Amino acid sequence: MLSNRFWRGATYGLLLVIIIWQALAWLLKIPIIPPPLAVLTNLIEIFADKMGLHLLYSLGRIIAGISIAILIGVPTGLLMGYFERIDKVLSPLVYFTYPIPKIALLPIIMLLFGLGEGSKLIMIVLIVIFQIIITSRDAVKAIPQDIFRSLQSLGAGRLQMFTEIIIPASLADVLTATRLALGTAVSILFFTETFGTEYGMGYFIMDAWMRVNYLDMYGGIVILSLMGFVLFTVIDITEKRVSAWR
Amino acid sequence: MIEVKDLTVHYYREKEAIPALRQVNINIGTGDIYTFIGPSGCGKSTFLYVLSGILKDYEGSVRIDGRPVDPKSQRIGLILQNYGLLPWKNVYANTMLGLKIKNDQKFLDDHCHTLLKQLGIDHLLDRYPKELSGGQQQRVAIARAFMLKPDLLLMDEPFSALDAITREELQEVFLNLWKENNVTTVFITHSVDEALYLGSKIVVFSPSPGRILDVLDNPCFQMENLRSSEKYYDMSMRIRKILNKG
Repeated sequence: MLSNRFWRGATYGLLLVIIIWQALAWLLKIPIIPPPLAVLTNLIEIFADKMGLHLLYSLGRIIAGISIAILIGVPTGLLMGYFERIDKVLSPLVYFTYPIPKIALLPIIMLLFGLGEGSKLIMIVLIVIFQIIITSRDAVKAIPQDIFRSLQSLGAGRLQMFTEIIIPASLADVLTATRLALGTAVSILFFTETFGTEYGMGYFIMDAWMRVNYLDMYGGIVILSLMGFVLFTVIDITEKRVSAWR
Repeated sequence: MIEVKDLTVHYYREKEAIPALRQVNINIGTGDIYTFIGPSGCGKSTFLYVLSGILKDYEGSVRIDGRPVDPKSQRIGLILQNYGLLPWKNVYANTMLGLKIKNDQKFLDDHCHTLLKQLGIDHLLDRYPKELSGGQQQRVAIARAFMLKPDLLLMDEPFSALDAITREELQEVFLNLWKENNVTTVFITHSVDEALYLGSKIVVFSPSPGRILDVLDNPCFQMENLRSSEKYYDMSMRIRKILNKG
């Protein structure tokens, strides 16, 4: 688990944000910056019956998107790292498609897959999968040859090379990539939830904004950041667990 | 019995074939321990990689008990200079690795427990390699190799990264284990002292490309107070002379 120092740091950080927010609200006295306490009271009122469902939708999309990206990206990256030949074929492909701004593909994806969940997930996967592929590949390439040798001399097969060496050695790096992907995924999520859906935090925030309901809008932003915080913390805890040997 | 006939190995750099070993011929009897000494870069390690089945691209023939080298069916214990432990496995899992890959047993039996005790690492089972000293890590590697009950034990300068006191301690521990288990052993070293202390026969290699210059019977092997005897001095002068002539 994470140390007390982590939680104390998190509390100080949160206090700092609240103080600055409160100060701005007092100084500017405009409706677009409501004081934090008003937002919090409103949030408690609306969370259960107005916002909870939106949060569940967003959380589901993020988890599904990241999971698909990991399920496809990690094996691809590990194979590229271990087998020179696969790397030679796929690397140029990855480098070629990585820099394309995927948002530019949005119209095509919307045409092909419609406005529903499919195209939202595809957008998230398309954008985060490259970091995951490249990090997993490089993690395998960074394993010293000597480590493979002692297993080769024991007569280990290909499968055992993966289960005993490649997967455990790259796990920590894969989690780091997942953490990077998560930040990106949350921002893409917001974007994709502004069209073709009536559920999700992105929709909720934009809708509140259109209705000039700033209390709801800020409540949505707070919940969105809180979701990010919780997801990041979960990854941190897992990372601590699996990389105890480092 | 290990029979090496006309073993020649080349390695390739930019399509140019560079000889690493040339026409190596030697027979090593079952239960013998041979030390191989030579200047650095003379191809000693290459020789070991051929015997362990890691390097398959060679000319000539190498047979272990009449059969070609095959780490899958033969039991080969390999101990490397940098220990070859898997950093993400604790001592217990590292020592079990050989047995796990050979699919022999899931738990430590009496033989294993005795070995761990003899090596003085039975209280370190839940530690990770990074939490151990170099000497302790090498003890783990030795335990892993002996637990396999190997047909052939290959050691590539296993003690050369250790400080003098630890090295002599480990040489003694190793020699005692070897006497009990009587494994055919190829021991590579660049130290004349180590070659004399641990080898029943001493094989002297030339500088690159490695050839065998001489195979000496070692009268000092298993001698009491070896390092203060006259024979030790004579032998070490003899070896040095052969090495210097190249």
